[in-house]
Amino acid sequence: MTTANRTAGRHTTTFTTPSDREIVATRVFDAPRRLVWDAFTKPEHVSQWMLGPEGWTMPVCEIDLRPGGKWRWVWRMTDGTEMEMTGVYREVAPPERLVNTENWGGEWPETVNTIVFTEEGGRTRTVATVVYPSKEARDAAMKTGMEDGWGQSHERLDAYLPTVA
Amino acid sequence: MASADTLTTTFAALADPTRRAILARLAEGPATVKEISEPFVISGPAVSKHLRVLEKAGLITRGREAQWRPRTLDAGPLREVAEYADGYRRFWEASHDRLDAYLEELQQKEPNDDHRE
Repeated sequence: MTTANRTAGRHTTTFTTPSDREIVATRVFDAPRRLVWDAFTKPEHVSQWMLGPEGWTMPVCEIDLRPGGKWRWVWRMTDGTEMEMTGVYREVAPPERLVNTENWGGEWPETVNTIVFTEEGGRTRTVATVVYPSKEARDAAMKTGMEDGWGQSHERLDAYLPTVA
Repeated sequence: MASADTLTTTFAALADPTRRAILARLAEGPATVKEISEPFVISGPAVSKHLRVLEKAGLITRGREAQWRPRTLDAGPLREVAEYADGYRRFWEASHDRLDAYLEELQQKEPNDDHRE
């Protein structure tokens, strides 16, 4: 499939909205599937990379990886702001398929997230499907872009401005 | 929260390269119309017209009275555009990029490929 740019870190994430209630994020990683699975499911790995924009750390990363098991991740920003995300695992089929609920608390709707891991010649394709309870909820999440969750800093605006100039 | 109308106005204001250049200049700090006009070959009135569009879009503000009062960037609408355009994506892209590097690191640490299926 992908032929150009074999250098690590040169893949990009693509986003699609195949239905009114879904967002699908697809990404290829230059690593075998078992390792990518571990990176998505082991706390010592997740807390190293699932960090969004610069400035976030994940001081709490609890994962009870079994159907019905809970997970809880807490992010902290340099200014001390914290964000918590929780959920329950529904399906755990290593290293192929992971289904879990995701909850931001407050007024954010709970979503059901499915990640499918496919090995392609030593690389791994992950297709993450997030299903919202309604189109409105999906659109709101995309539009306001986790405004509260990821926060807005001047650094971010600084980074953005050169791209529009 | 950005309404569709706000976003439309903001995008329209950002659609013009001269206006984007003006915003980039104001991102460095407030500037008078004269200072803003300097890099452009277009006339002063043309620059003023662009400034009015940016003001209407709420992207810049100016001192109340005199013409020479400096314009200041108002980041609010831009922030909303940034969120709209990449709030959701940015989290995943940034995380995935970091995972790329992390996986490479892990594989260097474990060259025996014991993760292979």
